[in-house]
Amino acid sequence: MKKLFRFFPLTALVLIFSACNSNTESVTATETKDAAIKNGGQEAVQDDVSQKDVVKIAVGSKDHTTLVAALKQAEYVDDLSNAGPFTVFAPTNDAFNKLPAGTVEGLMKDDKKADLQNILEYHVAVGVYKTENMKEGQKINMANLNDITLSVKDGRVVVNGTANVVASIPAANGIIHVVDAVLLPPAKN
Amino acid sequence: MRSSLKTVLLVAAAFSIACLQSCKPKGTQSAVSGDAAAKVYVAPGKYDEFYNFVSGGFSGQMSVYGIPSGRLFRVIPVFSVDPEKGYGFSEETKAMLNTSHGFVPWDDLHHIALSETNGIQDGRWVFGNGNNTPRIARVDLKTFRTAEIIEIPNSGGNHSSPFITENSEYVVAGTRFSVPMDNSNGDVPINTYKNNFKGTVSFISVDQTTGHMNIAFQILMPGVNFDLARAGKGKSHGWMFFSCYNSERANTLLEVNASQKDKDFIIAVNWKKAEEYIKAGKGRKESVKYAHNTYDEKTHSASSVIEEEVTVLDSKELADMVYLMPCPKSPHGCDTDPTGEYIVGSGKLAAIIPVFSFTKMQQAIANKTFDGEYEGIPVLKYDAVLHGEVQKPGLGPLHTEFDDKGFAYTSFFVSSEIVKWNVKTLEVVDRVPTYYAIGHLSVPGGPTRKPWGKYVIAYNKMTKDRYLPTGPELAQSAQLYSIEGDKMKLLLDFPTIGEPHYAEAIPADLLMKNSQKIFKIEENKNPFAALGDNNARVERKGNEVHVYMTSIRSHFTPDNIEGVKMGDIVYFHVTNLEQDWDVPHGFAVKGANNAELLIMPGETQTLAWKPERVGVFPMYCTDFCSALHQEMQGYIRVSPAGSNVPISFGTGKTDSTAVAAK
Repeated sequence: MKKLFRFFPLTALVLIFSACNSNTESVTATETKDAAIKNGGQEAVQDDVSQKDVVKIAVGSKDHTTLVAALKQAEYVDDLSNAGPFTVFAPTNDAFNKLPAGTVEGLMKDDKKADLQNILEYHVAVGVYKTENMKEGQKINMANLNDITLSVKDGRVVVNGTANVVASIPAANGIIHVVDAVLLPPAKN
Repeated sequence: MRSSLKTVLLVAAAFSIACLQSCKPKGTQSAVSGDAAAKVYVAPGKYDEFYNFVSGGFSGQMSVYGIPSGRLFRVIPVFSVDPEKGYGFSEETKAMLNTSHGFVPWDDLHHIALSETNGIQDGRWVFGNGNNTPRIARVDLKTFRTAEIIEIPNSGGNHSSPFITENSEYVVAGTRFSVPMDNSNGDVPINTYKNNFKGTVSFISVDQTTGHMNIAFQILMPGVNFDLARAGKGKSHGWMFFSCYNSERANTLLEVNASQKDKDFIIAVNWKKAEEYIKAGKGRKESVKYAHNTYDEKTHSASSVIEEEVTVLDSKELADMVYLMPCPKSPHGCDTDPTGEYIVGSGKLAAIIPVFSFTKMQQAIANKTFDGEYEGIPVLKYDAVLHGEVQKPGLGPLHTEFDDKGFAYTSFFVSSEIVKWNVKTLEVVDRVPTYYAIGHLSVPGGPTRKPWGKYVIAYNKMTKDRYLPTGPELAQSAQLYSIEGDKMKLLLDFPTIGEPHYAEAIPADLLMKNSQKIFKIEENKNPFAALGDNNARVERKGNEVHVYMTSIRSHFTPDNIEGVKMGDIVYFHVTNLEQDWDVPHGFAVKGANNAELLIMPGETQTLAWKPERVGVFPMYCTDFCSALHQEMQGYIRVSPAGSNVPISFGTGKTDSTAVAAK
């Protein structure tokens, strides 16, 4: 659906300009696209006073370079700079390193972008879920539409029985829970 | 899907028709040159080159547009209440609109003055005048919000205002209506005008650090109508020039009776001399009443003080301070060129533009080349102060702005055009029609020592064939012209808020870097702030119920409130805990007789709500803040008077003890 919307303005422009002069169509489409992204988007806006959003916090963490690289490859940086609110389970570099050798490298390939996006979406929920409000057995439906299941023991939260929440960081547009394992979405049917 | 495709095709068809039409221009369309669209097109994601601060006329507000696109960025509430922003409705902002006449929720904002340093726009503040209940407002250009409003005593119709001196030492306020002075007996027959009615011009000093205004002094003047003003600059720094009409001093049917004489005056005021008189104690303290309102960005609250004294200098008694330059036919605009040498008077009914020379004026004063006196003030000989006249420029000259190349641009209301002329040689070099009936015009930096040039913008009164009709009243309009070449070129029409009078434009880079993003929550000194969800609470004080509420994506704390009774007044003190640019939260509650609140990040604002029936009333966030904005809501329960439902409140409790008693 999103893609359809993106397509419409271009279609309109092409049609309009072909009505006047068919030679201008390709030039116009390219120029419009360039102009829209030229300033780097909202994440590139200079802002040293606002509280950091989830992306800026991840970018500023030396333990999350793999996650940040993955977000960039999946083109989710701008979306996660949006108003949210988001709950992001943020695996550390060590968590990614625990995956079988070659997994991350494989996912970073352009033809695996959809798989990477699916995994990352499984780490993001819309809404602010604070640990103090989390309950044993609670399910949260994540951005890829699969659920995670929480267990809470002595105030410590574990996701899907494998990933421990080791720290929680409030962000301008939500909250980050640092986890020590990558959450793997259930295999697609 | 199919209907969307249809829409696209329809739009495309409409555009192709427009394209075809533009190949065969006719009528006023021919005024637009072929590359106009490219010159005003600001691509998505790109910024405009200038901010244009446009007076909102009878809307009472000030609006901010981008140039060259003509896109509207913001309407800044100044003299009129604005339910959209809660301005004048929230408990914190009501005091901004206090006057000696009580709460005045509307005014008529005509003129803009951007602050200057060394005669160059500096982007600190923009001032605006309130015409009806005389006031001057200062808008802080970090926040784009009204920071201060000062009322002007001894005045009626603050039209000749708020023109500014070249280091922002003063903004001025000349009264349009002469009136009996505030501390005299005002209960006089109107036809005793000539005896009892006086004019004043006020010099309001501006603190260079805080921007705070203070009426430094008023000069008592003859009972004429003051129209516009402009400060001297460079060599004429230290002088202020006011245009006036009705030197006949008529009090009825002015359209006839104030047009009797061939000439009225440009009034030259030596304000450095006035300062000397003040220092020497020549000022007379007069008791008056005027409100002085300031908004504090730390308490997020306005306060209003009624001041009770003003210092008056009498132009009749104090020599060497005020001189009159005869100016033909009810002068309106009175503009000084970037060098400060030339003063351009524009007689509304004249067919010439007189240009006065400051150097000649100084000589005439030194040589006492006078043409008698008017009400005890020396009148300088017209020929002795005249640099020259622009001959047959058009009909009904109103205002003049200047570019960076020695040209002046004068608006002509009657002949509906802008005329470009050479300030030194007085030759008309170009003219373009405006659509229609231009009033003011603006060149970026046009009233300063350093005009930025590039564009002239016309602010028009009539738009009969310009916009789709919208009933009896049509869109107010501005028109953008390129002045880069020898010939002016019409580029764009764009509609404006209210009726635009004067406007100023300033390069974007002088402002955008200073724009404030958030208010720091730790600096929030509002006494009703709840700094963090843990501080949210509800307290009863007699029949007042104070709700200390917080908002953050995407909930209010508390969002369930009980224990309110009929006869109570509820104050919702809402603190926006966000610390993120462009994330205001709104607050509205059903049945509120005032407005919403729109609370900036880190700010606290208060809405008073008086329940008028028993029941449960929804409240919600009005500003689409997040994906869960629609979930950002709550309820307040109102019980009958005498009910024993205790005050209780909470957020996020889902069992039967939903609301924690306190």
